[in-house]
Amino acid sequence: MNYKKIFKFLGFKFGTLIILLIAVSTISFILVEISPIDPVRTYIGEMSVSQEKLTNLNEYWGVDQPLHVKVVNWLGNLANGNLGTSLIYRTPVTEVIGERFSASFMLMFTSWLLSGILGFFLGVLAGFKRGSWIDKGVKIYSYIIYSTPVFWIALILLMIFSVQLGWFPTGLAVPIGKTAGNVTFVEWLHRLILPAFTLSITGIAQIALFTRSKLVEVSSLDYFFFAKARGEKGWSLIKRHGIRNILLPAVTLQFLSFSELFGGTILVEQVFSYPGIGQAAVTAGLQSDIPLLLGIVLISTIFVFCGNSMADLIYKFVDPRIRESEANEF
Amino acid sequence: MSKNRNNSDDDIIEVPKTLLNVSNISISFFQYTQGLRKTVLNVVEDLDLDVHEGEIVAILGSSGSGKSLLAHAILGILPGNSLLKGEMIYDGKILDQKLKEELRGDEISLIPQSVDSLDPLMKVGGQVIGDIEDEKEREEKRKEMIKIFKNYDLREDVIDLYPFQLSGGMARRVLFSTSMINDPKLIIADEPTPGLDEKSLEETLNYLKIMANEGKGVILITHDIQAAVKVSDKIAIFYSGYVIEINETKNFSGNGDKLLHPYTRALYKALPQNGFQLFEGTQPMNIDIQDKCIYYDRCSQSVEKCGHSNPDLVEVDDGIKIRCHVVRKI
Repeated sequence: MNYKKIFKFLGFKFGTLIILLIAVSTISFILVEISPIDPVRTYIGEMSVSQEKLTNLNEYWGVDQPLHVKVVNWLGNLANGNLGTSLIYRTPVTEVIGERFSASFMLMFTSWLLSGILGFFLGVLAGFKRGSWIDKGVKIYSYIIYSTPVFWIALILLMIFSVQLGWFPTGLAVPIGKTAGNVTFVEWLHRLILPAFTLSITGIAQIALFTRSKLVEVSSLDYFFFAKARGEKGWSLIKRHGIRNILLPAVTLQFLSFSELFGGTILVEQVFSYPGIGQAAVTAGLQSDIPLLLGIVLISTIFVFCGNSMADLIYKFVDPRIRESEANEF
Repeated sequence: MSKNRNNSDDDIIEVPKTLLNVSNISISFFQYTQGLRKTVLNVVEDLDLDVHEGEIVAILGSSGSGKSLLAHAILGILPGNSLLKGEMIYDGKILDQKLKEELRGDEISLIPQSVDSLDPLMKVGGQVIGDIEDEKEREEKRKEMIKIFKNYDLREDVIDLYPFQLSGGMARRVLFSTSMINDPKLIIADEPTPGLDEKSLEETLNYLKIMANEGKGVILITHDIQAAVKVSDKIAIFYSGYVIEINETKNFSGNGDKLLHPYTRALYKALPQNGFQLFEGTQPMNIDIQDKCIYYDRCSQSVEKCGHSNPDLVEVDDGIKIRCHVVRKI
């Protein structure tokens, strides 16, 4: 493995990320600026304040400054790691995001891993036993899940497993009356299962269909045919020549699906009232918490960018055809 | 020269053992057209062929005449929507699907047409050795492989290369090595010489000759009449899915007057060194019409009978067969 090349690649990616972040934060900031949201009004809430105080506040928040000054200020603060204070939580945005994101991260990571492994396995099985009932089952499942909204599945699962069967709590990451600090692992896991399960079964569909069609494609290629002609067959043939050739694209796809994962999380967290980044995003949006909203935009940008970069990295440094080629520059 | 091993004038030479006897083979495909209407497409009809030990039999036909399908039929790897009729006898045993699966890659091996027949993500060594679980056996095969590589002018470090790191010629020699690793008795070379330059062609044909000299039976499927003439002992001419003539290669010489079928003669005379005489017409793709000779529309020697019955393949001399109403003897 060429470490120098990897470092160069990572450096390049990091540079791209910085530029991307500047662009995204500028654009989203401007979008918020031209929206009818008034940060001062949000800050005050339902309180009644005098005109004098309002003027003071306006000055304090810099409402009357021209747009370009605001943008430069915002970027400057950002560079210092200051994302401002959340208006609804009244704590620094970085803290809120740190706490919320780690809760979501577990949820996303579990379902990402689970859906990746299960989806790949089901896809291989369906492609291997093409035309069989397993194949039909996987296909029907995938099409149904594909065409069903995530939140609806979440609601159904919630109704079945939490309301009717009572196996899982209906929501929240922590039992009522406890703080996040003293929740036991089992309690935490108990609450994670249903949201993670929901996200997983939706994630499976895409990867299973992709894997299946990739395997079908590979089965018709010359080298697969030749392996058959050489007496290889059955599962061992699939393993030696099928999985070898579809694993890389499948893993790449799974990394590219970070954006869908994030989108799914927002909905699922909403339904299960799971206090993650997705729920924070919805709350921030509904209650015009602009600093938090912008912070979440940035963290989601970084998250999706990391997924795409991982996909790139795998593609460039694992596939021997690209890894070994001299012309591998970016 | 190996060509005269079969010479019937020479009584001292014992008759070589028949390795493969193919008789009355027909291959058809069924497909659904326009909804649920099932149509049957005949691609190979009434095929007869014998291959002896130490003999190279060339199957000569233009692209799309169905000659590769014969290779697939012998190996038992025809696609699922095909139907194979007729009888094959290998080494005295009826060659059914079970025996084919047992023998392919072992006693019967294929040299494929395309260098894409190597798995792009598997190192050459693993592909040549094949799917072997047993550690000890694999080690033995590895030694065998190194020996074979030497014969084919491949360095030992090729073992650890990926196919994309090989030159076209090396990949071809690797394919030859894969066919030899299990010391087969019958080798089917499916168009092993597409678009090769003079030197590579010579080299490739020489490999086939060496195989035959070691006592292996070789079926050379090709559309290159010069390659067939150069290396084979017998040539079977394929026309629209029918074998129209089987003749000894030595008769493809001089002015071609020992050739029997009008098509074979025309083909021979179309070669640059034999007059470059081109002839009109194309091969009919549809061989369902069996009420006349398949060559009727292009034949200059046709008689009335040719217009309403398709002739059978008849033996006119030892091993020499012809499908024609007009020409019946040498």
